[in-house]
Amino acid sequence: MSVALRAVSLIVAFVIVVGLGVFVALYYIGSTSSLTTVHYTASGGQVNVVLQEDAQNDSASKPDWVSYFVQDPTTKQWVHTTLFSIPANTKVNMTIYGYDGCTPLRNNYFSQVLGTIGGTVTVSQFDQHGKEYVSDQTTSVINGWSDCNVGHTFAIPGMNLYVPVASPNAQLSANNLCSSSPCTTSGNPYAKETFSFMSPAHAGVFRWQCFVPCGGGFLDGNGGPMQTFGYMVGEMDVVA
Amino acid sequence: MATTQTPSVSAPAEPRHGLRIFLIWIVLALAADLVIWFVWYPHLPPGDLSDAARHQQFDIAVMAVSGAPVIIAVLLYFIYAIVAWRARPGDDSDGTPIYGNTKVQATWIIGTTVIVLWLFVFGTVELVGTAGAGAGEGPSPIWKLAGVQSTSWTPGGNKMLQVQVIGQEWTWTYRYPQFGGMESTVLMLPVDTPVTFHVTSLDVIHSFWAYQLGVKADANPQVDNVAYVTPKSLGSVTVRCNELCGIWHGAMFNYGHVVTQSAFESWASGVQSKEQSDGVLAALPAYTLTYDPTVIPQLGKNLPTIDGITGAAGYYYPPGDPVTP
Repeated sequence: MSVALRAVSLIVAFVIVVGLGVFVALYYIGSTSSLTTVHYTASGGQVNVVLQEDAQNDSASKPDWVSYFVQDPTTKQWVHTTLFSIPANTKVNMTIYGYDGCTPLRNNYFSQVLGTIGGTVTVSQFDQHGKEYVSDQTTSVINGWSDCNVGHTFAIPGMNLYVPVASPNAQLSANNLCSSSPCTTSGNPYAKETFSFMSPAHAGVFRWQCFVPCGGGFLDGNGGPMQTFGYMVGEMDVVA
Repeated sequence: MATTQTPSVSAPAEPRHGLRIFLIWIVLALAADLVIWFVWYPHLPPGDLSDAARHQQFDIAVMAVSGAPVIIAVLLYFIYAIVAWRARPGDDSDGTPIYGNTKVQATWIIGTTVIVLWLFVFGTVELVGTAGAGAGEGPSPIWKLAGVQSTSWTPGGNKMLQVQVIGQEWTWTYRYPQFGGMESTVLMLPVDTPVTFHVTSLDVIHSFWAYQLGVKADANPQVDNVAYVTPKSLGSVTVRCNELCGIWHGAMFNYGHVVTQSAFESWASGVQSKEQSDGVLAALPAYTLTYDPTVIPQLGKNLPTIDGITGAAGYYYPPGDPVTP
């Protein structure tokens, strides 16, 4: 085999290997970015972010996975995604609607609220008839073990922000949970939780997740939606 | 008839290659070792924040000083052979056979034996003499760190501080049994204090890697993995997970600090008081060395067991629940 032929063969082999690597990288990056990112903009130095967590989702392939939804601030439509962006150095007012039932925390330490302004959250709970049976209760702890109160958590460990998200009470969780996603406040029991925190002063991507082992059907509840973007893990993009 | 006499041409004397190589090697090896010891050593990882880290830094330096002459010998011989013994044009002869050369064989056997035995003895001394060198020793450690065992901790007196490290997908928390079992997302340690880490996990296998402390111990569910360290100077610590544990493994890190003993006591007492008044301590399970990740240990009397939701029969999920749906 001539030197020229060998050189050409080597170059072709090199290009093929690099091309395969690029394809695999783009494939995985592309599969992640296929989720919609909901963009929130500040008004008066504040931004309002609205999420809900449901016992199921509107996905055709994994309809029984627990899931977060993000509300589009313009259309008010619920988007099946866990990606959202907020401006940097801004007060973020979070509202999370908890439609899923209660599940005990793996580590009950996360019953406490960490990293919010004031170290508290404000919780209201409603039954399926819209009756408010807990009204604007401000608390620093929602004990996920002593009673059936915590459905999931919203946590951004990189900001030391850990928030237990309240659920409808035990009987409502057992009998009357919303069964069609995205859920609405009409005809379904739910908890409404509000809290605020300051977004970081610098731009960056912050991962967020749930700390309740809510991947039912997977080993110790750790798999499935707990490990999948668009369900119980996501990213908060802080824009400078 | 005139005759001509051809003068005999003797081949030039072969230089003493072995001596040449040896002399060049001595110079290069000495230079490399001096650079490693005096220039590189102070900057080697993981630094000097703890006794374990200092010993690891020392170990790496000693290994580098031991290994550099060997590497230089190999490379030098390789380069020398290419330069001095390369085949000249028209030279198709073989090299001198060395099979059965007792000197070469003896040098090789003795040299490699000395190197291996040195590394074995040095490694053993460094492992035993530093109470496990900052590594996890399992639930029953063989090499224990000296310190006064006590149910409480106060500055001074060489009291051992107990810290439980809890891994969970995907964060670390730290419990301090000598401070009422309070828990924190920040690792705080007092300087010049013997510390016992009890490393465990609530779900899958993680690995607690406190880089600047020179501590690394696997975090296994239902296993108490013990590691020791004595922080020797003030500074910050980055704690990472070193065992692939899921989608956010790469983001499973947080930070810690080595502070003065009085500052630590103040911090720990403050967190304990806050968690007591907030009801967090009451919500935590009793301190134990391990926790069963499948059982809810503190089911309250008001908590009905709803299959798949609140933990039927005290379990998160029924025992027959499939691993995959």
